[in-house]
Amino acid sequence: MMQIYAIGDGAITLSLGNQVNDFLNKKVIAVQQWVWQNRFSGLKDVVTGYATCTLYYDAFIVKQHYKPASSAYAWVQQFLEKAFHQSLVELYTEPRSIRIPVCYDEDFGTDIKLLAASKSMAAETIINIHTSNTYRVYMVGFLPGFAYMGMVDEAIAMPRKQQPQTVAAGSVGIAGYQTGIYPLSSPGGWNIIGRTPVQMFNENKQPPVLLQAGDEVRFERISRDAFNNWMGQ
Amino acid sequence: MSVVIIKPGILDSLQDAGRYGYSHWGINPGGAMDSFAATVANALVCNKTTETVLELHFPASQLLFEQNSLISICGADFTPVLDGAPIPLWQPILIRKNSILHFRNQQKGARCYIAVHGGFEAAEWLGSSSTHLKLALSGFNGRRLEKNDQLLFKEPCIYFASLLSAGKPFRILNWGASVYNTYAWPNEIFFIPGPQINYLAIDAKELGAVNFTIHPSSDRMGYHLRGEALTITHTEEIISTGVTRGTIQLLPSGQLVVLMADHQTTGGYPIIGTCIQAHLPKLAQLRASEAIQLLPVDMESAEELYCQQQNDLQLITENCQLHLKELLCKA
Repeated sequence: MMQIYAIGDGAITLSLGNQVNDFLNKKVIAVQQWVWQNRFSGLKDVVTGYATCTLYYDAFIVKQHYKPASSAYAWVQQFLEKAFHQSLVELYTEPRSIRIPVCYDEDFGTDIKLLAASKSMAAETIINIHTSNTYRVYMVGFLPGFAYMGMVDEAIAMPRKQQPQTVAAGSVGIAGYQTGIYPLSSPGGWNIIGRTPVQMFNENKQPPVLLQAGDEVRFERISRDAFNNWMGQ
Repeated sequence: MSVVIIKPGILDSLQDAGRYGYSHWGINPGGAMDSFAATVANALVCNKTTETVLELHFPASQLLFEQNSLISICGADFTPVLDGAPIPLWQPILIRKNSILHFRNQQKGARCYIAVHGGFEAAEWLGSSSTHLKLALSGFNGRRLEKNDQLLFKEPCIYFASLLSAGKPFRILNWGASVYNTYAWPNEIFFIPGPQINYLAIDAKELGAVNFTIHPSSDRMGYHLRGEALTITHTEEIISTGVTRGTIQLLPSGQLVVLMADHQTTGGYPIIGTCIQAHLPKLAQLRASEAIQLLPVDMESAEELYCQQQNDLQLITENCQLHLKELLCKA
């Protein structure tokens, strides 16, 4: 069900429901791209969640430019309805395929032993399952370049930890049915199973983040030597 | 051609109007917490309104101006003192080189802004000079200011010397900004109810009767509100969605958090509401332990208050430009 609601007087959200689902996610990304292509004066930012698209705008500028009969909000709401009806999933969402090398050694994957123990399986099996799926980047948030990816196979899904710990940059983790990579060192509660030598965030690159909503990601196991070589390059 | 930090403050940094357009990469806008005060500070010294300013918290830095400057101090009242003499807020001040500015005590408010005519040199990233503390990027080396840091001015301001009378360390110029409307009723913050307001046992109006105070752990990321834990009637989890400055999140403990300038771009907590744009400056000036009341308001009123504030800013800006032109013509 489509819903539009205010996030204060400077943001508005189109929501397609409270569920993680590829189709809803593709649709909100299509809405976002339609909005970028049909920018209006006063539009500041557009952010997609799993099944939401939020527009950030300046009500003063919208009022000055478009002189809406009632509120700027009502004007942007109409715009967003149009975006919903006119954006086509088929047109916009050709996914990029990205392969990410991960070293699953235990000193990187600090929680892999615990995860293996609680699932009564070998760490090897967890790695095999984690590398056998293709994951969709549903959204980017939390930290610059932090991609929320899913869905993780039920066999290795694990709720996030109660106590957040300091997590190193490049750490690959699992939280529930999601998997993600910490772009920077940060406190975090995800179960860490490995580390990638690839930079998820680099301020000097354009764009500065590697992963974007809509991308398809596969993890490839690499050895410690390969990890070190990569970092040494 | 600069100002030097001779004694560092607790958290002073360069900020501007923020880094918009990159939230979909997880890069938050940041910027001055009280963007109204920062804008007025720029207007008073005839800068463009988004020019880089110095944001100070208390205890604030002690500053040595190594050149004649036209400055303004806006926002919180930290009792600014220039070479021993108190100076006013919300007014442009010409100061002689080698003057020392320090701040005596925290009279009112939480954040104070200094603008210098022409602006400070600052590192830009993605179109903004706002210091991103977490990424250690932009502003002054991506960090808070420390002892002996030297902030360069973009403009030399040599022509100010003739406007200072001999023997006087500074001159308060005779124009200012009236900001009463923006900061009146400092503890009353209006909000627009959000999608999960019904997660609370009470309605939006009843929330207005709850007494909250600002928890001391509050910072540029967010304000934790201290008060009686609210009863939660819904427990359905929310999948992550876009949030903004002023968004009021409901934690599982029944406590509320209000997101501020350095907030994360997305959040998975229920959204009770979002504080209105026109009240974000007041919110930014609330200090630890001060009271805050959250009062629901409709969209039309919120927009009207915001547009009024933007109109006030335009008037202040135009007025200041006229005054400075006049002053320079006389000189």
